[in-house]
Amino acid sequence: MEFGNGHIHPMKNTTQPPRLALRFFRWFCHPDLLGPIEGDLMELYHERVEEKGELKANLKFIMDVILLFRPGIIRPSEGYQQINQYGMFKNYLKIGWRNLLRNKGYSIINIGGLSMGITVAILIGLWVKDELNYNTNYKNYNSIAKVYRYNTFANTVETNLFSVTGLGTLLRSEYGDYFKYVAMVKGSDDRRVLQFGENRFTQRGYLMQSDGPAMLELEMVQGSWKGYTGKNTILISSSLADKLFSGEDPLNQVIQMDSKYDLKVVGVYKDLPGNAEFHDATYFAPLELYFGGNMDMNVWNNYNVFIYAQLQPGHTFEGVSENIRDAMLPHVDERTAESNPELFLLPMSDWHLRSDFENGVRVTSSKLQSVWIFSIIGCFVLLLACINFMNLSTARSERRAKEVGIRKSMGSVRSQLVYQFFSESFLVAMISFVVAIVLVQILLPTFNSIADKNIGLPWGSLSFWTAGLGITFITGILAGSYPAVYLSSFNPVKVLKGTFKVGHYVATPRRVLVVVQFCISVMLVAGTGIVYQQMSYGKDRPVGYTREGLISLRLGAYENRGDLKTIRNELQATGMVSEIGEANYQVTSTLGWNDDFKWRDRNEDLSGLNFNTIFVSHGYAEAVGLEFVEGRDFSPEFSTDTEGVIINETAAKNLAVANPVGETIIWNRNGTGYPYTILGVVKDMVKGSPFADTDPSMLFLASWSLEYLYIRINPEVSTYDALPVIKKSLASLLPAVPFDYTFADDDYNAKFKSEERIGVLAAIFSVLAIGISCLGLLGLVSFTAEQRTKEIGIRKVLGASVVQIWQMLSKEFVLLVTLSCGIALPLSYWLMNNWLENYEYRTAISWYVFAFSVGAALFITLITVSFQAIKAGVSSPVKSLKAD
Amino acid sequence: MKKYQLGEFEEIVMLTVAVLYNQAYGVSIKKEIEARLKRGVSVGALQTALKRLEDKGYLKSSEGDTSEERAGRPKKYFLVTALGKRAMQHTKNTRDELWNAIPKVAWNSEMVTSTL
Repeated sequence: MEFGNGHIHPMKNTTQPPRLALRFFRWFCHPDLLGPIEGDLMELYHERVEEKGELKANLKFIMDVILLFRPGIIRPSEGYQQINQYGMFKNYLKIGWRNLLRNKGYSIINIGGLSMGITVAILIGLWVKDELNYNTNYKNYNSIAKVYRYNTFANTVETNLFSVTGLGTLLRSEYGDYFKYVAMVKGSDDRRVLQFGENRFTQRGYLMQSDGPAMLELEMVQGSWKGYTGKNTILISSSLADKLFSGEDPLNQVIQMDSKYDLKVVGVYKDLPGNAEFHDATYFAPLELYFGGNMDMNVWNNYNVFIYAQLQPGHTFEGVSENIRDAMLPHVDERTAESNPELFLLPMSDWHLRSDFENGVRVTSSKLQSVWIFSIIGCFVLLLACINFMNLSTARSERRAKEVGIRKSMGSVRSQLVYQFFSESFLVAMISFVVAIVLVQILLPTFNSIADKNIGLPWGSLSFWTAGLGITFITGILAGSYPAVYLSSFNPVKVLKGTFKVGHYVATPRRVLVVVQFCISVMLVAGTGIVYQQMSYGKDRPVGYTREGLISLRLGAYENRGDLKTIRNELQATGMVSEIGEANYQVTSTLGWNDDFKWRDRNEDLSGLNFNTIFVSHGYAEAVGLEFVEGRDFSPEFSTDTEGVIINETAAKNLAVANPVGETIIWNRNGTGYPYTILGVVKDMVKGSPFADTDPSMLFLASWSLEYLYIRINPEVSTYDALPVIKKSLASLLPAVPFDYTFADDDYNAKFKSEERIGVLAAIFSVLAIGISCLGLLGLVSFTAEQRTKEIGIRKVLGASVVQIWQMLSKEFVLLVTLSCGIALPLSYWLMNNWLENYEYRTAISWYVFAFSVGAALFITLITVSFQAIKAGVSSPVKSLKAD
Repeated sequence: MKKYQLGEFEEIVMLTVAVLYNQAYGVSIKKEIEARLKRGVSVGALQTALKRLEDKGYLKSSEGDTSEERAGRPKKYFLVTALGKRAMQHTKNTRDELWNAIPKVAWNSEMVTSTL
């Protein structure tokens, strides 16, 4: 607007206020206020000129203008109308909400599918977070490391965690500048009988030097780890404290370990979280106990401890690794030095997911692989749900077409329509997110038990909500993008004239999306099938011994082991037991490795051959059920059998002799060579991973009693009857040993835990994927049927049968699903083949897994489609044609 | 009460507009306040207050006549609305209540705390 100025309105007084100030004022002033305020300024100016003179009036005028330059008077930067789109957005949400309510069926499909997708995404997200946050409970997470070692042999580099005690001592004394704490921990599983009063339990724990708890800064409930110094002290977890002391104050009480050591409880620590190193520690006891209470910690040839170390501030893992690399060389014997032991530190952050080495190079661990696999599955499932949303939105587009036309002719620009459809998809995504949170809360306990985790919903965590809303936002964008772009492109003239038809170019992307959906689903189903196939292949593997009816019992300290002959006689006398035997390691473990063997009477070189060596008692082979291929078992009749050895087939193969029985090998131990004559060859025992090649084993006869007792239950009686009897007689024979037995087949099945977990989770996710895809399909079919109501009516009037209608409606989808199977099968074959490469003992992928996946996909599709198709087929044509 | 909020200067402006009934526009309000309260008022402060009061609905305005001194610019006359009147009344009432609540003795005694 232009206001007149002084030239048009002649004035009595010709003095004018400073032009610059006036122009400035006119420039910044809000147009609504400009006129009256300028009038006021002028009036005042003229008055002042008359009263006080021009100069003062000018100054005052400038002052006033400057004081007017304030918010409220200054014009807004863009136009002067109130502009925000709040009202419009409110309208979008309202229309979106009404649409949801009007099409309840579609809304349920959309929200149901999306919330399933988001639930899966959240669950997997929580699981991945848990995996990535291993050990972060330890305050010194960033400065703790484990000492690893490379040994280079002729053609391989071995990476080993087991160290010698001499090294730990050396690191502490010679390299103390780098390390704040160095703690050695007994390298193998430690289970001890802990006793207080009448309470006696076999517990899992760690034997650890006193620096350990200080390094870990355990969270104490009672006492302090500072008191954990002497060799007669122990730290126990709060759950063990509850169990052992049942209410009594545990502090400074003395508990007995293996009925042999009296240990004073100096502290009770809070149970460690499931995703932490030492999470299964119910106690920390001094390392000296491992070596009979007293020992020189300066041994250089027995690799039996792990070394944990915390760096001094200012040192890096790389730097210190570099400095300690050759620390072992001056101390080890010539043979070890030849393999060039190179030390390095593995930081705590790498322990869980990045600690797999192959030939001296770090490789992707299977745990990291599952993190990846599940992340990808999570994304896929979410994607499936988004595809549903897209498909249903575009399929229903004709219904929204008129609305788009009207909005456009009322002046909506395309970007506003894009906003509208996005705000609708965000609305749906938000609702689904809320539903998903509820679902997650309900499903978490089940999920935890399957995944062997202890995850809770982190209600108070900002990052969780950010991530959750982030997922929702991305879902909204993904799900809304296609409808937003497509629906907003309608031409209003065509739409309103009624000549608008949804063209084929919409149907094609929709078909592509359906194909993608079913591709993913079929791949998941096929993948799950192969995981299960591999698992049952492993379970059915001949293991070289008989797992059924075999129980094992840890006898603990030497003093408590009793006399094997007496125990055998007593137990056999009950009629419940057919045979018993002892061994120094469990039949399901791969502990105990030795090399340095040579032939006595032959020339073949045996250097570099490693054997799993265990000591067993008489009766062990029969109790465990070893199958002899050649030769015989140790026999009490021959006293020379203590100089005999039984080998397995792999060992026989490695020894490369046609008839090993009768040959004598010499085992060089601590500088002395002991001769052993091969008495027999047994079938390979699967002791380690059921999917790995079997190890070469040697069994030696021990004349002393050993740690593990194996009891073969008489096959003619039931385990149920046998156990109480065995328990009773053992209670009098071995009073210091709790009857904490395990079944050998349980021990064996425990080896499948990680595969089983992947299998169950994959199965659940595939079911969800198929479910979500079918929900989408259901929506699409019912929409098609609804759209073609008239056509169906006319066809029926002209004589079409229900079957024909059903065929007409189902054909397209069945074709699409078949096509997806065609794409998915080769892909999953290739992927699963890669996965199986991880296993040395692996099944061949069989055709019936694929046949099953295809069959299942087609069957479920047909059921889904038929439900709607038949409903449309049987509906009365009179009704459908009468409408309008 | 949050509903009727009037700042000190806003209250003065409202009262002045009411005093000047039908003759209240920028310059006259400014002069009236300056004359009665013996304090300077800048055009900026006054105009901001007027705009805010009008936005709140306490004042309404109409454009009126002009004069040569104003270089042809119209005057903007302000009137107190019913809502404005309620707001003023409310402010007055709360003041009165506070006044009435003051105990008589407060005006007569010395500061007791000074002995502390």
